[in-house]
Amino acid sequence: MQFMLLFSRQGKLRLQKWYVPLSDKEKKKITRELVQTVLARKPKMCSFLEWRDLKIVYKRYASLYFCCAIEDQDNELITLEIIHRYVELLDKYFGSVCELDIIFNFEKAYFILDEFLLGGEAQETSKKNVLKAIEQADLLQENFSSQSPHNCLSTP
Amino acid sequence: MPAVSKGDGMRGLAVFISDIRNCKSKEAEIKRINKELANIRSKFKGDKALDGYSKKKYVCKLLFIFLLGHDIDFGHMEAVNLLSSNKYTEKQIGYLFISVLVNSNSELIRLINNAIKNDLSSRNPTFMCLALHCIANVGSREMAEAFAGEIPRILVAGDTMDSVKQSAALCLLRLYKTSPDLVLMGEWTSRVVHLLNDQHMGVVTAAISLITCLSQKNPDEFKTCVSLAVSRLSRIVSSASTDLQDYTYYFVPAPWLSCKLLRLLQCYPPPEDGAVKGRLVECLETILNKAQEPPKSKKVQHSNAKNAILFEAISLIIHYDSEPNLLVRACNQLGQFLQHRETNLRYLALESMCTLASSEFSHEAVKTHIETVINALKTERDVSVRQRAADLLYAMCDRSNAKQIVAEMLSYLETADYSIREEMVLKVAILAEKYAVDYSWYVDTILNLIRIAGDYVSEEVWYRVIQIVINRDDVQGYAAKTVFEALQAPACHENMVKVGGYILGEFGNLIAGDPRSSPLVQFNLLHSKFHLCSVPTRALLLSAYIKFINLFPETKSTIQEVLRSDSQIRNSDVELQQRAVEYLKLSSIASTDVLATVLEEMPPFPERESSILAKLKKKKGPGAVSVNELEEGKREGGELNGGGERGGDSSSTPSPSADLLGLRAGPPVTAAAPSAGSLLVDVFSEAVKQPSPTAFLRLFVCKNNGVLFENQLLQIGIKSEYRQNLGRMYLFYGNKTSVQFVTFTTTVTCPGELQSHILHIHTWNSLEPLIEGGAQVQQVINIECLTDFSDAPLLNIKFRYGGALQNLTLKLPVTINKFFQPTEMASHDFFQRWKQLSLPQQEAQKIFKANHAMDTEVLKAKLLGLGMALLENVDPNPENFVCAGVIQTKAQQVGSLLRLEPNAQAQMYRLTVRSSKDTVSKRLCELLAEQF
Repeated sequence: MQFMLLFSRQGKLRLQKWYVPLSDKEKKKITRELVQTVLARKPKMCSFLEWRDLKIVYKRYASLYFCCAIEDQDNELITLEIIHRYVELLDKYFGSVCELDIIFNFEKAYFILDEFLLGGEAQETSKKNVLKAIEQADLLQENFSSQSPHNCLSTP
Repeated sequence: MPAVSKGDGMRGLAVFISDIRNCKSKEAEIKRINKELANIRSKFKGDKALDGYSKKKYVCKLLFIFLLGHDIDFGHMEAVNLLSSNKYTEKQIGYLFISVLVNSNSELIRLINNAIKNDLSSRNPTFMCLALHCIANVGSREMAEAFAGEIPRILVAGDTMDSVKQSAALCLLRLYKTSPDLVLMGEWTSRVVHLLNDQHMGVVTAAISLITCLSQKNPDEFKTCVSLAVSRLSRIVSSASTDLQDYTYYFVPAPWLSCKLLRLLQCYPPPEDGAVKGRLVECLETILNKAQEPPKSKKVQHSNAKNAILFEAISLIIHYDSEPNLLVRACNQLGQFLQHRETNLRYLALESMCTLASSEFSHEAVKTHIETVINALKTERDVSVRQRAADLLYAMCDRSNAKQIVAEMLSYLETADYSIREEMVLKVAILAEKYAVDYSWYVDTILNLIRIAGDYVSEEVWYRVIQIVINRDDVQGYAAKTVFEALQAPACHENMVKVGGYILGEFGNLIAGDPRSSPLVQFNLLHSKFHLCSVPTRALLLSAYIKFINLFPETKSTIQEVLRSDSQIRNSDVELQQRAVEYLKLSSIASTDVLATVLEEMPPFPERESSILAKLKKKKGPGAVSVNELEEGKREGGELNGGGERGGDSSSTPSPSADLLGLRAGPPVTAAAPSAGSLLVDVFSEAVKQPSPTAFLRLFVCKNNGVLFENQLLQIGIKSEYRQNLGRMYLFYGNKTSVQFVTFTTTVTCPGELQSHILHIHTWNSLEPLIEGGAQVQQVINIECLTDFSDAPLLNIKFRYGGALQNLTLKLPVTINKFFQPTEMASHDFFQRWKQLSLPQQEAQKIFKANHAMDTEVLKAKLLGLGMALLENVDPNPENFVCAGVIQTKAQQVGSLLRLEPNAQAQMYRLTVRSSKDTVSKRLCELLAEQF
């Protein structure tokens, strides 16, 4: 996989993950182009499209579009299920995830994604194992937090 | 758990995000962000040391701002500080910031790498994973330099935690992709391959991506992975849906891993070991069988996961292309999907079938779905699916269904989306030519193409139709009639006017007998379009008019009237004015005989030669000496007709089978680079590309005549003849501009060894130092081959064009095979000699991928062009070609035998050359390997 983008129906980018080195300018151009292309597609259309020399696989969940760019030999259907598994992970972690969860806890969305996919390839496909890793991290966090409770209360 | 995750929240961050969301306008948002940036900057610069939490919070805010699309130019140092925090949450945010905002600041990279190094050696798996994730996310060269040596160790160490192994494997993959030179597996190879056997499915899933990538680059080193992958796959495929616990996804056991295993196997040919192969075939059969079973769940995730494996298995079956039974089953399965209610499956089935269509085992099976595919082209609502259908129709087209498919594509073109029209036009044009049995159908098709989608018809396409009409006298009358009718339409495309002008100018006489298309009617029809056309088309029409004067003297006064009108003779465009003036003058002063000679019907287009060269050849310049007619006839016959179809008359009738390989090219009107070769290549490349001088050279291995070089200024044509160890080469220098070339000099040199004892070359006549605009001059070079050689002589050309010095060096296409004398021999003799030449150094062999379609007639033509005798009924396998010949040099004669074995399935050739001299075998093999 070369990159993954999450964007809203209004075209707002919510998460971007790049697995190939690109300049910021190029990233912005790609994002603009793809958001436009995908949003223009009608609901019943097929989830795959050719774009430049890549294949785009996308799926809409409620107000969010999940969009992956894969290479020629990559498998479209399994990518579709990568998206779904990621949504399941977010859902399980946040408890019926919604767009707001991803906006306000964007760093968590990135952490979960890193546990699931690394360098654009599936690292761990077991839902339990991914969540266990995140849980452990949260636990570490809690322990530290409880050691210094005043940190939580400090004002912005 | 969720409560926990939100509980650690940075309230300041949440407030800031809310503020941004509440901004009513872009300006308000920018204002709020600038305020925040100022605040953070002052905090970072402030005297008071920030605690870890505040640092984390501000860094996180900066990250958020960056992700909104704003530039961030500070905070990197604070993020790096967070990396060395011993609080996980701070470290984590630090790493995230670094991963997202990579900075090439070398000072910083050093600090980052330091922090990573500490975490990697911390033995704390959570920290190690964070560090590995960071390396994988950034993947920079500096990081590869620092860690590419360390990570393989972590990956294979016995005491490494599974989760760390997973991260290490993919981290290494990322580094390998960016800096393959720095990732050296060496001693680790076998242990990495054995990760395929790991008990932990997650480790296998991660490791296999790495192994696949490494196998693609170094297949031999990793080939032991094949049997491991097969056994792993077999265990998964035969497991019950619950066996793999959490690695079962919607009742499908380990779909990701299965797909990756099947993908890995596609890096290799079918397993040689019978048992492994048997087991694999069994797996593939099971996967195909499962597709027929009722679904275990109605959820789309279940069917997607299951079908993902199925499609990957089909890809593998197609990759192997050796199991007819599996191929046909795959095709049937895809056939079912063609009518599936899921758009995604229809799309993928069409895509996958495209590759199946090119396998000889499944081509027929694919063809049975033609009606469904045509229906898809007509009814699919999604353009990307229709595009796939069009691709598939193109792929499944052959002689039996070409008319139907072309008709369907044409009718689809009328409503096709703009985005795919151009491609469709090319496909139709190619299919129509490739499978034209009767040329009236071909002409109809191309004219329809112009009518329906004129804007998308490129020059090559309409050049081609003219070329074919001119070369085939059985279709000329029909073409004239059809194009005349097409021009009747009130609005017709300019490309139609071009074709019409050209064809009526040449063959209007064939329909002039009918009063409805009398000469004057034809002329008026053409001229009615004149004012609507662009300059190049008008120029073409003017030429058609002067041709009319020759064909139909009764139109002379009318046409002269037109030429004489101010809008022509005083046209502001130089080209048009010149044509009008010259044509008018020509028509008034030349006698009918002269006119008839000047305006004679266009000669047939020779293959791969430009019109300029064709004329030169026809005239046969005064310097041309008599050549050995017999040999010349044979050689040219071999090159030109491509299929032995050339009749006794002088007009060549090119065989259609030769065309599809594009032996012929060269648009008739302008002399574009004929070397651009095949039409297939031509129309697909956006512009006619100028091949490099060496690329030109390659074109001359199997032929003696053609264009050696061409650019905007100069065209160099070549005609050469060889007998025994002697050769004579005629070089034609054509000035394509209207300005003279001055101080035109050419020198032929033989670099290195060539000079002293291999080739003996001298130029026969010296050139005038001046070439007028539009003129051609000729030069003759004599060549003597003393002994065998591999380099080519160089031709250097210098001249001044408009004051600028032009300097050009080309290789002259003198190759050792030019001195071949063909030797006919019977099967028995051939094999006897073959055996005699059995010393290892006498043989040269090359196995290579086909660069062109593997058409028997074309192959024969090329082999004949090589100069050897093509021996029929010698090789027991009729697919193979064998040739024999003797190379004549002054010093010695070198007998050579050649065998070419095409493998249509694999699209590969094996070429074996044996000759009595090792250097000759080697050189012939090199020369020839580039030809097919």
